[in-house]
Amino acid sequence: MSIGELFSLLITDHTIRTVAFGTAILGVVSGALGAFAVLRRQALLGDALSHAALPGVALAFMLTGQKTPAVLMIGAAIVGIMAILLLSAVTRVTRLKEDSVLGIILSVFFGFGLMLLTFLQRNPDARQAGLNTFLFGQAATLLTRDVLTMAAFGLPALVILAIFWKEFKLLSFDREFGSSLGFPMRGLDTALTSLLVVAVVIGLQAVGVVLMSAMLVAPGAAARQWTDRLSHMVLISALFGAIAGVAGALISSLGNGLSTGPVIVIVVSVIVVISLFFAPNRGLFWRRLRIWRNRRRYQAETVLLDFYRMAAQHADATQPHPIAALLAIRPGAQFGLDVLASRDLARPDSEGNWRLTPAGVAEAELLESGFANENGVTE
Amino acid sequence: MSQSSKYPAVEVSDLTVAYQEKPVLWDVDLEVPQGVLMAIVGPNGAGKTTMIKAILGLLTPAAGQISIFGKSYAEQRRLVGYVPQRGSVDWDFPTSVLDVVMMGKYGQLGWIRRPGSAAREAAEEALEKVGMLDYANRQISQLSGGQQQRTFLARALTQDAQIYFMDEPFQGVDATTERAIVDLLKDLRSSGKTVVAVHHDLQTVPEYFDWVMLLNVRRIASGPVPEVFTEDNLRTAYGGRVAFLSANGAAPAKEKA
Repeated sequence: MSIGELFSLLITDHTIRTVAFGTAILGVVSGALGAFAVLRRQALLGDALSHAALPGVALAFMLTGQKTPAVLMIGAAIVGIMAILLLSAVTRVTRLKEDSVLGIILSVFFGFGLMLLTFLQRNPDARQAGLNTFLFGQAATLLTRDVLTMAAFGLPALVILAIFWKEFKLLSFDREFGSSLGFPMRGLDTALTSLLVVAVVIGLQAVGVVLMSAMLVAPGAAARQWTDRLSHMVLISALFGAIAGVAGALISSLGNGLSTGPVIVIVVSVIVVISLFFAPNRGLFWRRLRIWRNRRRYQAETVLLDFYRMAAQHADATQPHPIAALLAIRPGAQFGLDVLASRDLARPDSEGNWRLTPAGVAEAELLESGFANENGVTE
Repeated sequence: MSQSSKYPAVEVSDLTVAYQEKPVLWDVDLEVPQGVLMAIVGPNGAGKTTMIKAILGLLTPAAGQISIFGKSYAEQRRLVGYVPQRGSVDWDFPTSVLDVVMMGKYGQLGWIRRPGSAAREAAEEALEKVGMLDYANRQISQLSGGQQQRTFLARALTQDAQIYFMDEPFQGVDATTERAIVDLLKDLRSSGKTVVAVHHDLQTVPEYFDWVMLLNVRRIASGPVPEVFTEDNLRTAYGGRVAFLSANGAAPAKEKA
């Protein structure tokens, strides 16, 4: 099947369209909110939250006997928020470090959730409710109703993020300064983390508690590579999330038996790897290239200056010099000379003597005056 | 927003702060008159940063009263500017110098309202004052330590405060920046502002500041530099490890070159 045909399925095939729409919503919401989690170094928190939401799903089913997604999501959200409050209380009251508390909460809540699930397996209604799918997710089963529920949770979360943009930015960059201005930073922290819970809850049915943290962290980590502005980073992160969601839905619809959640996570991981290597400025590939180019340039420039200072002792700056004289000043000058020759700033003559070209002299004079102008102002 | 001149800029009484069992600040009293540049000095762990954070309400003291121009901090926070230690934030955060400086206006803007052209102009003016206007659109990760410090100072300037609290404004900056910051402090003083700064370099206290507090969990002394910045008080604060001071002529007797 060609890519074009695949995309046409988005329009023609109702099931695929529904699933893709759902995973796109998930990608946008988790991408936008996850970007903040990445900046606040809370990648682990996302992981803990998604694991902690599992017992919420089971409890919501047990208490209400209902399996509508809204009910299960509310259950997951309530337990998720309880987990955050517990986390911040335990971190404040005890001397345990936050990552230890996260680890404990993650495993305790997740363990409790698994226990409830196994218990519920004896109940045929629960088996029917497909609570198991919340472990690894099952995007292919998303119905219009589920997608609408996801949108109903996700849209308000994004609106709140937009309304309190300035406050959340302040929280993420300089919390204490924000406090000194009179903003209730602890409250804002809880609010932003609660929005993260919403993102987690939206993703539970599609990708499950185990893989959800990738959806929170990966788009943000990738987006950070492409921009130095917070607003752009959040938009790009949301876009990456959406791309991963739709691509995952399409790839798994090919009938190869791949389930959507893991495919989405793989796609988003590919985006991360590409971003890490090839994003302009921050990409590893470009950085290596820059380092290599700079080294080449500096080596050439030092040789050029040696050359110029030596030539300046004569009346004619383009006076030829034997290569041995240059090597005597700076062993290893050969590489620099080759670079100069490639830029036509210096040239060897037939006897093996090197001379500066007029362009080389001009360049050297420029460099020399540049050194003279440097007056200690930090740049 | 009253700043009647009969009140001291800061008045602290019986301030005690304890994180664990051991107090970090013990029963500290302090009165800072308006219009002075005051250094808080003391050895590591003396509670200097804690002192500033307690005044700014960033932590809850075990006991004590704090007032700014005669009222509580919560009532007077529009009169206060704050320069945290520059190491306290992530300088790889995706934002520009101008954006950080505009944060100084967030308090006046209040909830939800975004900074507009007025905030931008205020930020540019502040950047001009600290000599950083050319860097307004730089990504903050490209700044040197001195430039980071200037950015934070500019942010505090946009707060348009009456009193500024600065946590180690000279930490890790080069001589040029140090000079620029000193000039800025003196400008602030000549326009009637008060500055309270945590300071580490005892040698420069008499030159940069006119008021000083020596702190080591307790307040050792506070007052005008010539009266308070004495060898006796320093020895009490630092526990006898300040022999180098008199040798280098930083003692108050020879100050004000």
